Amino acid sequence: MIGGLFIYNHKGEVLISRVYRDDIGRNAVDAFRVNVIHARQQVRSPVTNIARTSFFHVKRSNIWLAAVTKQNVNAAMVFEFLYKMCDVMTAYFGKISEENIKNNFVLIYELLDEILDFGYPQNSETGALKTFITQQGIKSQHHTKEEQSQITSQVTGQIGWRREGIKYRRNELFLDVLESVNLLMSPQGQVLSAHVSGRVVMKSYLSGMPECKFGMNDKIVIDKQGKGGSADDAGKSELGGSGKQSIAIDDCTFHQCVRLSKFDSERSISFIPPDGEYELMRYRTTKDIILPFRVIPLVREVGRTKLEVKVVIKSNFKPSLLAQKIEVRIPTPLNTSGVQVICMKGKAKYKASENAIVWKIKRMAGMKESQISAEIELLPTNDKKKWARPPISMNFEVPFAPSGLKVRYLKVFEPKLNYSDHDVIKWVRYIGRSGIYETRC
Amino acid sequence: MTDSKYFTTTKKGEIFELKAELNSDKKEKKKEAVKKVIASMTVGKDVSALFPDVVNCMQTDNLELKKLVYLYLMNYAKSQPDMAIMAVNTFVKDCEDPNPLIRALAVRTMGCIRVDKITEYLCEPLRKCLKDEDPYVRKTAAVCVAKLHDINAQLVEDQGFLDTLKDLISDSNPMVVANAVAALSEIAESHPNSNLLDLNPQTINKLLTALNECTEWGQIFILDCLANYTPRDDRESQSICERVTPRLSHANSAVVLSAVKVLMKFMEMLPKDLDYYGTLLKKLAPPLVTLLSAEPELQYVALRNINLIVQKRPEILKHEMKVFFVKYNDPIYVKLEKLDIMIRLASQANIAQVLAELKEYATEVDVDFVRKAVRAIGRCAIKVEQSAERCVSTLLDLIQTKVNYVVQEAIVVIKDIFRKYPNKYESVIATLCENLDSLDEPEARAAMIWIVGEYAERIDNADELLESFLEGFHDESTQVQLQLLTAIVKLFLKKPTETQELVQQVLSLATQDSDNPDLRDRGYIYWRLLSTDPVAAKEVVLAEKPLISEETDLIEPTLLEELICHIGTLASVYHKPPSAFVEGSRGVQHKRLPARAGSGESTDSPDVSQSVGGATEAAPTVIPSQGDLLGDLLNLDLAPPAAGPTVPPSMQLGAMDLLGGGLDSLLGGDIGGSPAMGAGLGSTPAVMPTSLGAPPVVGGGLGDLFDLGGSVGMPAGAYVPPKSVWLPAMKAKGLEISGTFARRSGVIQMELSLTNKAMSVMTDFAIQFNRNSFGLAPAGPLQVLTPLSPNQTIEVSLPLSTSGPVMKMEPLNNLQE
Repeated sequence: MIGGLFIYNHKGEVLISRVYRDDIGRNAVDAFRVNVIHARQQVRSPVTNIARTSFFHVKRSNIWLAAVTKQNVNAAMVFEFLYKMCDVMTAYFGKISEENIKNNFVLIYELLDEILDFGYPQNSETGALKTFITQQGIKSQHHTKEEQSQITSQVTGQIGWRREGIKYRRNELFLDVLESVNLLMSPQGQVLSAHVSGRVVMKSYLSGMPECKFGMNDKIVIDKQGKGGSADDAGKSELGGSGKQSIAIDDCTFHQCVRLSKFDSERSISFIPPDGEYELMRYRTTKDIILPFRVIPLVREVGRTKLEVKVVIKSNFKPSLLAQKIEVRIPTPLNTSGVQVICMKGKAKYKASENAIVWKIKRMAGMKESQISAEIELLPTNDKKKWARPPISMNFEVPFAPSGLKVRYLKVFEPKLNYSDHDVIKWVRYIGRSGIYETRC
Repeated sequence: MTDSKYFTTTKKGEIFELKAELNSDKKEKKKEAVKKVIASMTVGKDVSALFPDVVNCMQTDNLELKKLVYLYLMNYAKSQPDMAIMAVNTFVKDCEDPNPLIRALAVRTMGCIRVDKITEYLCEPLRKCLKDEDPYVRKTAAVCVAKLHDINAQLVEDQGFLDTLKDLISDSNPMVVANAVAALSEIAESHPNSNLLDLNPQTINKLLTALNECTEWGQIFILDCLANYTPRDDRESQSICERVTPRLSHANSAVVLSAVKVLMKFMEMLPKDLDYYGTLLKKLAPPLVTLLSAEPELQYVALRNINLIVQKRPEILKHEMKVFFVKYNDPIYVKLEKLDIMIRLASQANIAQVLAELKEYATEVDVDFVRKAVRAIGRCAIKVEQSAERCVSTLLDLIQTKVNYVVQEAIVVIKDIFRKYPNKYESVIATLCENLDSLDEPEARAAMIWIVGEYAERIDNADELLESFLEGFHDESTQVQLQLLTAIVKLFLKKPTETQELVQQVLSLATQDSDNPDLRDRGYIYWRLLSTDPVAAKEVVLAEKPLISEETDLIEPTLLEELICHIGTLASVYHKPPSAFVEGSRGVQHKRLPARAGSGESTDSPDVSQSVGGATEAAPTVIPSQGDLLGDLLNLDLAPPAAGPTVPPSMQLGAMDLLGGGLDSLLGGDIGGSPAMGAGLGSTPAVMPTSLGAPPVVGGGLGDLFDLGGSVGMPAGAYVPPKSVWLPAMKAKGLEISGTFARRSGVIQMELSLTNKAMSVMTDFAIQFNRNSFGLAPAGPLQVLTPLSPNQTIEVSLPLSTSGPVMKMEPLNNLQE
C-alpha cells in the first residue's frame, strides 16, 4: 500500500510530507527531489523507481504530488487516489497552488489522516468529509450524539455520498450533457479516428433521499422497447444536429451512486444522487458522429524560404444553430521570420512565441464556410532536419451533442416526502466542445 | 488567517521560543506553536527536542490541536520511546471517549506509533474497538490490526486478533468488510502458507455482496482479494464472473482494472465453447478502450496492462487498432506504449493504416519515439508478409532523409527483414552501403557488417568495406568486433582468392591482440576450422540460417501468466514479477493462472512447457534481453536486501523468471530434451528421458542457489523448497518422480519421491545426470533396495557433489557479454 505522500513546489521544496509506512524513510523525500524534480527533464514515466522505492507522481500547475511505496501496490488505485486527493483539496480551498497549500497545511494533514489509513484509501467523498473535517476544528466538538453517529454512518455507510435530512423549498435539478468531440483527419480528408467522450453532469437540489432514474436514447434500450415503448419521452428534446432516433454507446462508466448491477442486467440507470454538483456518467461513442467542422488545409512550399498556407473551414450542422469560440491554430516552422495573413471572417494573428497562426471567429452558423490564407517567410537555416508539420488543431463550442445523445427522462421519486416527479423543475442543456480536433497537413 | 507564515521562521533560537510558546497558558498560542512545530517537521528540521512539550499539549478538548499533536507523535515517538509512554494514558482514555470520531482517531494513531511499550497497551483498546458499536471505529480498528501485525506479528496471533478480523468479513457494514479484507490480505501476504484468508464459496459470496455496497476503494480491496481465489469448477467461476462484470462500468479506473484481473483469471477456467466465454470476451474490450480517455498517468498504467492482455488474449482488442493511434499532444510515455501495442495488433487487415501512421511518427521530434517508430515498421514487415515490400520502401524513404538516428535504426531492422525474407530485397543493399560512414552506433554498425558479410558475393567492394572497419578494430564494441570477425570469415569462404590477407589479419587481431575471451574463442574456432577443413568450415559458417520468428519482445509465457494475475499493480507496470522489486517476504509468492476445468495442467498447457524449454535452449520465441540477465546477476549479488545499494531501475529489476517460478514447470512438461536422467526399470526397460539439464535451478529458486554457492552460511535446516513433480506418471510409463534439492549438514542432497502408478512392480533404479552448469553429479549410486510395488511411494535421498563436468548453459554464456 501507499507508504507515504509528499507534496512539493516547483523548486522541489517539501510542502507536505506524510509517511504511513515504516519502510519509507526521510531520504525518500530527497530521492524524488533529486531524481525527478531537479532532473528538469521531460517526464519519461509517471512511475519512477529509485533505489527499490516506487514513486507515483502527478503534477498540477507547478505542484508535484508523489505517492511512495516499496510494495507491489495497485498502481491504478494510487493514481486514482492522487487525482481524488487533488479534487478534495480543490473542493476545500480552490486552486492547487503553493500558496494555498501552505495556507492550509494543517487542514491537508487532517485530510490525509482521514482519507488514507496505513496507506489504504478511505472514504474520500467531499460531501461526507465536509461534515466533520472543517477549517474550524473547534466546531467538531459541538456535535450532538445523534450528529456524531450520523456522520460516522455516512462516512462508512452504503450511501456515503449523501446525508439525510436535506431540505429545499424548491426541488430543482440541472442536467448538462457535455461532450468533447475528438478527430484526427488525414490531409486528404479521411477520418483516421474520431470519437466523442461525453459526460452527464448533474446539479441536484432535491429534498430527502430521492430515488432517480435516468433515461437516454441508448440504442440497446430503444431496440429492446420496440416502437411502442417510446411514449414516456418526458425530456424529448429538439436540440441536436440530426434526426437520429438512437445512438450506439461504446462504453460508459458511472458515479459510484449508480447501481451497476442493475445497469448490467436491465440497462437502467438508477441512483440516489449526491447533493449539489457531480458527474453522473461518462460515455464514449464512435459511430455516426456529427463532426461539426471540417478543416481543409493546403500547404505549399515555395522554395526554401517561403510557405503558402490556405485553410478552409466548413461548418456542418443545422443552419439555425450557432457555433461559438471558434479557434483554428495553424502551426508555423521554427524559422519563421514573417507572416502575412488574410482571412474572410474573424481575426487572425501570427504568434511567434507559440509558433502558430491563431485564427479566431466569435460565431459561425451551420452550413457555412470560411477561409484563411497566409504567406510565411522563412529564414534560411542549415538545419537538415525537415519541419515535422504538426497538425492543424481547432477549438469550438456548439449547442448540441455531436454524438446524437438525447436525454429522454429523469424521474425522481421520494416516497417519504410529499413531492412528486412533476413538482421537480428540470433543466437540460447540451454542449459540444472540441477535444483534440486535428487535421494533419 | 493564513498558515503559510509558519513556513518562514528560520531564525536562530527558534526552538527555545517554541518551547516557551508550547508551555504558554493561552490555548491559541499553544496551537500556533504546535503548528509551527509541524511546519518545521515538514520541511525536514529536527524538532524532536520539543517532544515533552508537545506531548504536554495532548490533553486537550480541541480536536484540531489533538490531531496535530498526534501527527507529531507518529513522527518522533520512535526516537523518544521512553517519553512516548507519557502519551499512553491519553490514548487509552480517548479510546473510551463517547465520540466515535475520537475513539477512532486514538486507535488509528496508536497503531502508527512503533514503540513496543506502547504496543502492549494497545491490545486492550484495540480489542474493544474491533467490537465497537460504531462502524467507523470498527473499520479503523480493522486496519489497526494490520499495523500492529507489521510491528509485532506474534503479538497479533497470540492475542487472537486474526480471528476477530476474520469475523469482520461478515460485518453488516460494507466498509468494515472492505478494510478487514484489505488487512487480512496484507497479513496473509507475509504468511504465504497460512490459511488466513480462508476463501470458500460462503466467504466469496459475502465479499460479492459487499462489493455492490462499499466505496470505490473498498471495491478495489475486495476485487484484488477475489483474484486470489481459485473457484472449484467452471460453474462457480462463471457465476463469480457474472457478478463482477458490472464493475466494468465503474468510473474509477482501478475498480475496472481489478475487475478485469478477476475476469482474465477466472476466464481460464471456462470452456472455450461456452457461449458465456464469448460474451465475456466481448464485454472486456469497451472498458479497456475507455481507460484510454483517463488522465495520462492512468492511461500509462492501462496501456502497460493492455500490453499484457493483448499478448495473452489477442482476440479481445484485435478490432480496436485505431484507439491506439498516437495523438500529437500525448505525453511521451503514452506515445511509446501505444506504439508497442499498435505493433502487437498489426495484422493483414489493418496494416495499411498502421504503416501510414508509423511513417507519420517517424518524422516527429522525440528521438526515442522516432527510433521506436522506425523499428516498428521493420517489425510490421516481419509480421505481415504482404506488407514487407511496402515497409522496405518506406524504410528506404526514411534512409533518404539522412537523419542520422533514423538511418541507423532503419539499417538495424532491414537486417532482420533480410533474415526473414532471404534473397528478396537485396536490391537495396547499394543504398545501404552509401550510408556506411554515418553509422556510429554499435548495433547499426554490427547490422551493416552482417549485411556486407552475408551478401559479400553481390557487393563488389565488400573487402574494401570490411577492411575499412578493421582499422579501428580495438576501439569497436564487442558486438561489432564479433560481427566483423564472422563477416570477414564469410567473405573469405565466398571469395577465397582475394581476401586471404584480410582474414589473416582479422584472425590475428581477434586471437592475439584481444583480451576478450569470447572474441578469442570465436577467433580460434574459425582459425582451426579454416586450417583443418575449409569444406566443413563452409558448411558451418555459411549454413542456412533458421528463420527468425514473427513476434519479438514477447514476454516469456510463465512470466506473462504471473503478470496477468497482477493486473493493475506495479508488477504489471514494470512487467516484472513482484519478487524483482519488493523486498522481504511480501509478494514473493508466484501467482499462477488456474487450469481449465476438466483437464490436467500438463496436458492443457503444452505451449507453456514448450516455450519454457525453449527459453533455456535456443529461445526461438523469446529473446531474453541482456539487460534483464545482467540485472538478474546483480540481483543475486544483492541478496541481503538491506545492504542493496542503489542500482538503476532497469538493472535491478532482474528477470527472476529464469530462476524463480519460470522453470517450475520445466521438468513437468519438457521431455523432448536430452536424455538426462535415465531411470532403468526392470519391468519397463525403456529409457525415460527427462531433461534434468539444470536441476538446481528448478525446484527452489534462489534459496538453494545461494546455498550451493556456499558463500552464505545458512543455518542447518534452512529453507527447502517443497517437492515438485519432475516427471508425471503418464509420461513415464507409470513412474512418477517428484523431488527437491536440499542441503543437509553441508552436503547437497537431491530428495526424491518415487511413486509407482503402474500396474506392475518396478525394480533396478539408476540415475544419471546430464552435464549442467553447476557441475552437479551424484556422489554415490541411487539407493533403492526394495522393488517398488504398485501404488507404493518411497523417499530417496541422493547425496550430490559439485565435482561433475560443467557445461555452460545458454543463459550463463549471455551473462559474460
